[in-house]
Amino acid sequence: MRSKAKTVIIGGGIIGLSIAYNLAKMGEEDIVVLEKSYLGSGSTFRCGSGIRQQFGDDANIQMMKRSVEIWKNMENELGYNVEFEQGGYLFLLYDEEELKTFERNVKLQNKYGVPSRIITPEEAKEIVPLLNTDGVIAAAFNHTDGKANPFKAVFAYANAAKKLGVDIYEYTEAKDIKVEDGKIKKVITDKGEIETGRVINAANAWAPLINKMAGVPVDIPIHPYKHQGIKTEPFKIGEINPMIVSFKHDGVYMTQEANQGGIIGGYALKYGPTYDITPTYEFLRGVSYRFSQIIPALKYLNVIRIWAGYYAETPDDNAAIGRINEVDEFYIAAGFSGHGFMLAPAVSEAIAELIVDGKTSKPLWFYDPYRFERGELREQAVQMG
Amino acid sequence: MSDDPRERIIICRCNDVTLKDIEDIIDSGITDIEEIKRLTRIGMGPCQGRTCLPLVAGIIARKTGKKIEEIELPATRVPIRPVPMGVLAGDMDEE
Repeated sequence: MRSKAKTVIIGGGIIGLSIAYNLAKMGEEDIVVLEKSYLGSGSTFRCGSGIRQQFGDDANIQMMKRSVEIWKNMENELGYNVEFEQGGYLFLLYDEEELKTFERNVKLQNKYGVPSRIITPEEAKEIVPLLNTDGVIAAAFNHTDGKANPFKAVFAYANAAKKLGVDIYEYTEAKDIKVEDGKIKKVITDKGEIETGRVINAANAWAPLINKMAGVPVDIPIHPYKHQGIKTEPFKIGEINPMIVSFKHDGVYMTQEANQGGIIGGYALKYGPTYDITPTYEFLRGVSYRFSQIIPALKYLNVIRIWAGYYAETPDDNAAIGRINEVDEFYIAAGFSGHGFMLAPAVSEAIAELIVDGKTSKPLWFYDPYRFERGELREQAVQMG
Repeated sequence: MSDDPRERIIICRCNDVTLKDIEDIIDSGITDIEEIKRLTRIGMGPCQGRTCLPLVAGIIARKTGKKIEEIELPATRVPIRPVPMGVLAGDMDEE
């Protein structure tokens, strides 16, 4: 392991790896990524694969619009097929209040050029013929939303970063960070020490531990909650192209994998805060019930497995991203609350701009890590699962 | 199909993964069974790894010189066998 680096990124998920890639792309050298287990093992490999621009606030919509542009071109840029498919996101709406909220959101999304629209239950059924539209009064649909393969995306960024000279150390855990007079001196790992002047905390569920090591004097509340996913056996590909979401069914989301053909998804049953990720029977039964309410034919499909992962949640379900003023050259991009996978391309670009150019045109102010302490919570991010 | 006999040796029957697929990934520098699992989907099909995971562990051991007992197999997850969603959803309507 090298003993010196200009930048040490802690966390080998899609956030840490994409930041490493973008920094290197902008000409930064001597970058190290530390991952305490295998790449993607924290939250990325456990995510639901969805990528959407249908948020309810200006910042997330703009960030996701930029992300989708990058997702679309990722195979070209990184030289690796990440199986990005624009099957859309279809939100099923069951009452006037929901409809009003989504009408407002669609208007905001349209303002930024996201082509979402409100459609009728009949149109929703044309998009997904297997859909049970009983009780559905309308739906919000955006055909440029989609999904990608989290496994492939992690390796895409990791390989591209390596090609640009980034060193990635797996099974290497950050144990402490030495700071003197507000300046970072070194990161101590279980495999040795790395002298460095810059640390990026991309540890998501474990981010509070890293903040503590560096003595970050700001309260950035991030707590890991256990959420779960389900996967079925494959069937005819193309039957369920969009991610279907229903808040009336407790935040259910589900889609058919573009290449594998199984259904994946989940709902908003959560446990925690906890680092335990044992799947639960309660979830297995609950998700099966809700899925078959929305698409009755799924009753005949075999469930292959369930798994659990973290939403590293903040009080407003928006990440904490930015520079920490009290510890020179300490940055955080964590607490993604279930949206890290989809946001990673734009967030990593913005952080790299912030570090290299000292500023970014992207609305990173929205994710200000100091907002919690100031009591300036954002509007709750649109979140399911 | 090429002449490489390793392409005719199926390691994972659920997802059609061959010996060559596995060895190519190991040769590219990825030797972690958790990562090989995510790249090839070994152990993620209906058999949930009962057939393939011990075989893959053996291949990794042979190619990397690790002892097979050093290679920790990925988690086994519920359900142990595929179960129709309708059975799991059960009679919750009536509950």
